[in-house]
Amino acid sequence: MTETANGGAAKPARKPLVDESEGMRYLERLPRKLVTVYLPLGIIMLVLIFPFYWMAITAVKPKSHLLDLDTHSPFYTLSPTIEHIRDLLFKTDYPLWLWNTMLVAVVATILALLASIFAAYAIVRIRYRGAQWVGGLIFLAYLVPPSILFIPLSTVIHEYGLFDTPFALILTYPTILIPFSTWLLMGYFKTIPFELEECALIDGASRWQILWKIVLPLAVPGLISAGIFCLTLCWNEFIYALTFINSTEHKTVPVAIVTALTDGDQYRWGSLMAGALVGSLPLVILYSFFVEHYVSAMTGAVKE
Amino acid sequence: MPDAAIPHSASSPTASSRTLAPPSLWSRLKVNRDWLGAWFMLPAIAFLVLFLAYPLALGIAYSFTEARIGQDIWSAPWAGLDNYIWLMGDDQFLVAVFNTLFYTFVASVLKFAIGLYLAVLLNNHLPFRALIRAIVLVPFIVPTVLSAIAFWWIFDPQFSIVSWSLRQMGIISTNIDFLGDPWNARWSVIFANVWRGVPFIAITLLAGLQTVQPSLYEAATIDGASRWQMFRHITYPLLTPIIAVVMTFSVLFTFTDFQLIKVLTNGGPAGATELMATLSYNRAILGGQRIGEGAAISTAMIPFLLACILISWFGLQRRKWQQGEGND
Repeated sequence: MTETANGGAAKPARKPLVDESEGMRYLERLPRKLVTVYLPLGIIMLVLIFPFYWMAITAVKPKSHLLDLDTHSPFYTLSPTIEHIRDLLFKTDYPLWLWNTMLVAVVATILALLASIFAAYAIVRIRYRGAQWVGGLIFLAYLVPPSILFIPLSTVIHEYGLFDTPFALILTYPTILIPFSTWLLMGYFKTIPFELEECALIDGASRWQILWKIVLPLAVPGLISAGIFCLTLCWNEFIYALTFINSTEHKTVPVAIVTALTDGDQYRWGSLMAGALVGSLPLVILYSFFVEHYVSAMTGAVKE
Repeated sequence: MPDAAIPHSASSPTASSRTLAPPSLWSRLKVNRDWLGAWFMLPAIAFLVLFLAYPLALGIAYSFTEARIGQDIWSAPWAGLDNYIWLMGDDQFLVAVFNTLFYTFVASVLKFAIGLYLAVLLNNHLPFRALIRAIVLVPFIVPTVLSAIAFWWIFDPQFSIVSWSLRQMGIISTNIDFLGDPWNARWSVIFANVWRGVPFIAITLLAGLQTVQPSLYEAATIDGASRWQMFRHITYPLLTPIIAVVMTFSVLFTFTDFQLIKVLTNGGPAGATELMATLSYNRAILGGQRIGEGAAISTAMIPFLLACILISWFGLQRRKWQQGEGND
């Protein structure tokens, strides 16, 4: 575990992979593998990717092809159009919603990361009395779902005077993010050799300096993992945004699409799918750059 | 406390301890583990207490009142157990409990089975492995509400692509009414939920599978074990701890699901897909704005959640003990 930390490797949470020698693989012949592996894998992947494909293809179909499945093959289009996306961006408040979503996600993620860094460092390295218990309680907080909190939380939001402001979301989202990222960062901090900190302590560094100058630079991969995962969770959040935000100009993309874009127009599918596509793309792009970090975030939090 | 006694007991070094005394409180706060820990924990604890623990307790308190929206807990009329008694006789609530249990059970079993199968498939030696894994994760990346809207379109009563394809193949003659018929609607939302949940389970279990030593399989092959026996007696026992954690999360989040239902069916048709979470939203935020009743429905979910956590917790403990692992 220790050797991964000093190289700044992307995935200290993962155990070293098994050797790449042939092993028993020579026993598997291609025809057999075709039926037992490739065929089921292909079917499952087709099902997993299809709704996204269908969303994308609907978003670029001309209106006349949208509801006419018989004259043009519905599975592809030879005359893609940006009509729906253009309408979405220039005739609705969509850019504003996108901006709201981004603002809330980024600020909430930064707040949550800062709080989690301190908490995780304190639990793992300062080891005050009861640190184990606090760690356990934070894990339990992860298991409290927003769906049982939103009703009392809405009265709390009213009480604090935050209702219908971005702060209602910026301050509540960290409660979803902190438990998760604290656990993830605890795992990362544990892999950083204790000796480094001891050296720094002997040289007269304070805990604060140790955290910022030694521990954090070594935990950058962990911070990226936690940050990306937090952004995704914020982007995904629906129930708080639906309950705490009332006016259209403060809504986030998921809520706005459901409440403001679904009018009676039978051609609305084009703009709806365009909205869903444009709303997912930032995450998909972000994710495609950081797959490894994303996966290690997913598996790291579970493995603890 | 002992510091106060020092100037009295030690008379000669009084001067030096006096000069040290003023900074001692502050420096002690900086050096003392417990105080330092408390300072570091402060931001996280503040968030979690203000916006998680406090609302959680408040919700339980609200469930014993007849609060309306905008009423604080002290001015709300006390109702005792009335909300719960009323819910016990409320058919909509009982149907929602049934739906929630059915939805959670079926979706979790399917997610587990397909997720594990997919993980085993992905654990083979595959070309373009990274690309395949990236594609598998797409349902998990796309925000749930947005993919739910895509499913809404796929399940459209008139222009459903699934109905159309099946009709082209000659399997059905009329369109399937996916979301209009009670049982069709239940299976449709379960399908969407499984679609959304499988990648998470598959990828986390895959990470677990990769830690299993191949030499175990080699030994089992020499002993003449079949593929199923290898899975049953090597893979499965070694994966149990990670399965327990992953499935706890999966069950918890399926049980409290809100967004998928809200977007796809909004509880319809006629309450056939109403879950406890959506029902509590409808009662507390939408019609009537009966915060007390909505809070009672939310609070009624807590015993189920606790039971689920305890089952997996004790399952995990036994596992650790059998494998002779310490508690980290």
